[in-house]
Amino acid sequence: MLDGLQGLGRATLDGLASLGRSVVFVLSVIANLPSWGGFLLMVRQVYAVGVLSLVIIMVSGLFIGMVLGLQGYNVLIDYGSEESVGQMIALTLVRELGPVVTALLFAGRAGSALTAEIGLMKATEQLSSLEMMGVDPLRRVIAPRLMAGFFAMPVLALIFSMVGIWGGKMVAVDWLGVYDGSYWGNMQGSVGFWDDVMNGIIKSIVFGWVCAWIAVYQGYDLVPTSEGIARATTRTVVYSSLAVLGLDFILTAIMFGD
Amino acid sequence: MAESDVPFIAIENVTFRRGERLIFDNISLSIPRGRVTTIMGPSGTGKTTLLRLIGGQLRPDSGTIHIDGVNVHALKRKELYKLRERMGMLFQSGALFSDLTVYENVAFPLRVHTDLPEDMIRDIVLMKLHAVGLRGARSLMPSELSGGMARRAALARAIALDPELVMYDEPFTGQDPIAMAVIVQLIRLLNDALGLTSVLVSHDVAESLSITDHLCVIAEGRVMGEGSPADLKRNGSPFVKQFLNGLPDGPVPFHYPAADYKADLMEADWHA
Amino acid sequence: MLSRKIEIAVGMFVVLGVAALFFLALRVSGITFDGERPTYTLYAQFTDVGGLNTRSRVTLAGVPIGQVRNIRLDPDALMAEVEMAIYKEVSTIPLDSSISIRTAGLLGENYLSVSPGGDLEYLQDGDSFESTSGALNIESLVNQFVSGQK
Repeated sequence: MLDGLQGLGRATLDGLASLGRSVVFVLSVIANLPSWGGFLLMVRQVYAVGVLSLVIIMVSGLFIGMVLGLQGYNVLIDYGSEESVGQMIALTLVRELGPVVTALLFAGRAGSALTAEIGLMKATEQLSSLEMMGVDPLRRVIAPRLMAGFFAMPVLALIFSMVGIWGGKMVAVDWLGVYDGSYWGNMQGSVGFWDDVMNGIIKSIVFGWVCAWIAVYQGYDLVPTSEGIARATTRTVVYSSLAVLGLDFILTAIMFGD
Repeated sequence: MAESDVPFIAIENVTFRRGERLIFDNISLSIPRGRVTTIMGPSGTGKTTLLRLIGGQLRPDSGTIHIDGVNVHALKRKELYKLRERMGMLFQSGALFSDLTVYENVAFPLRVHTDLPEDMIRDIVLMKLHAVGLRGARSLMPSELSGGMARRAALARAIALDPELVMYDEPFTGQDPIAMAVIVQLIRLLNDALGLTSVLVSHDVAESLSITDHLCVIAEGRVMGEGSPADLKRNGSPFVKQFLNGLPDGPVPFHYPAADYKADLMEADWHA
Repeated sequence: MLSRKIEIAVGMFVVLGVAALFFLALRVSGITFDGERPTYTLYAQFTDVGGLNTRSRVTLAGVPIGQVRNIRLDPDALMAEVEMAIYKEVSTIPLDSSISIRTAGLLGENYLSVSPGGDLEYLQDGDSFESTSGALNIESLVNQFVSGQK
């Protein structure tokens, strides 16, 4: 009984300490953001986390859009309002699935790669060697990756939503025969740019920030052994996914709650 | 210590703990300017930790470390990074940046810390690579290098900014005899040609002794002996003698501390 | 050169992202860039606003002429007061026009429809519609039908 309480207490304290370290960590990264010279470094990282995630994002977006089209059509046709399928697809994607699924895929594809890469740089003493060369690794290695995640996520989410809506159109309009005009018309009638598209973008910016933060922190803080890297990579995916889903609820409640 | 009476690095009364473990217990030692100094000791005595303390990556619990008269741990972050531009460090694994070619690796400190034009950077990089015999390997990626070559490339990078101090972390471990001989020769040559102060951390006695001017043996968090290699070999404490001569038993016992052998065996029977 | 390739790829990535943004803005949300058209405010009171929302359309002869900006309860009249933003260029709504809440389709969203009157004077900023008719409540209609009331 007391052992259990002690375990709980220790886990809480460890968790708090780790959270505190990661906050200090991200603050010192922000305080040391690279100037324009670091911009090129960020471009390279946008390539790594953004461009290289494009294929998985587009393929997933396409299929999710198509599934939404099929499912939506089958439900809505019972009420004779299959014309609204465009509206349903667009709202679902732009508000929810776009930012959330992109963030989950991002955590799995780019986040884990970031953690492993930084972990490997730590294990092979590359980070130490930067420090000894008089180069701040937070500035040189961490900050560009953080900024790249921050920037790439909303772009990926936008692309995801676009491809999804297009995939839904393929199924609903081209295959199931919903009238093209009402597919787009219903969509335009109900999707608001500021209320839906912008809120979706805000969500994905938040998710991008959180996912990149978790990924680089786990990489920077890990135990530099192969086992440590494997564990940290897993933690990145798990923590990022949980954080994204939890934050999504909070953000949705704030944005669309009333 | 003919060239200068003031040591280049002065470590005074440094105590360092890692968690509960006491790594250094109030150690003091001095590293002379312009010489090759070797810090030796059994594995796990914190030799690498000592280099990190000197480089300011770790902070001692008490005591001071002065480099060229500057207290390393009293510096602000910016000043510390400035000081590190005057140091080069060769890591055990080489620590080359795996996403850059050998050329770009050596050019890296130059690009970060200087505003030299590209053709000048090229000249310097080729000179440094030539010095370690890898001018021909400039366009290779680190993954294409053998361990010895990677270490030489890293050495070229460490001396790219013409530092005053180069620290070598276990430069000989895991090298074949030829690569080892190359590195031994390089350390000596670079030290003399560039007027460096070299600090070497190693437990390879033969290689280290062949190039060392000043030797320092640490174990169990204390300095066991400091002086010229010949002097230590002759007049060192029993421990230093055991270490330098590589004897299996002596003050450092062969057996990990344990209960009495016979009693231990009996007890095992008893439990079974 | 490797870094050139990377930069081009990132450039394309950004272009694709911007294209997606424009697609979502124009094709999906149907944003109009004259969205911030100058408007003036009209009011109307209803006994029941049903499913009317802020941002619901206001139409005249089926053409959107503005949108609902605010809905609140008038505590004196115990009626719903709807505030509408009407485009400035639609300045000739006769004073005796009536306004009603309609439903798009059987289950669709609610919107406001203005039926023009014949007065020679026009509604000005801050005026209210005199004649209003509230939401058609399908549930109460069904109830009436089932219970045989007229």
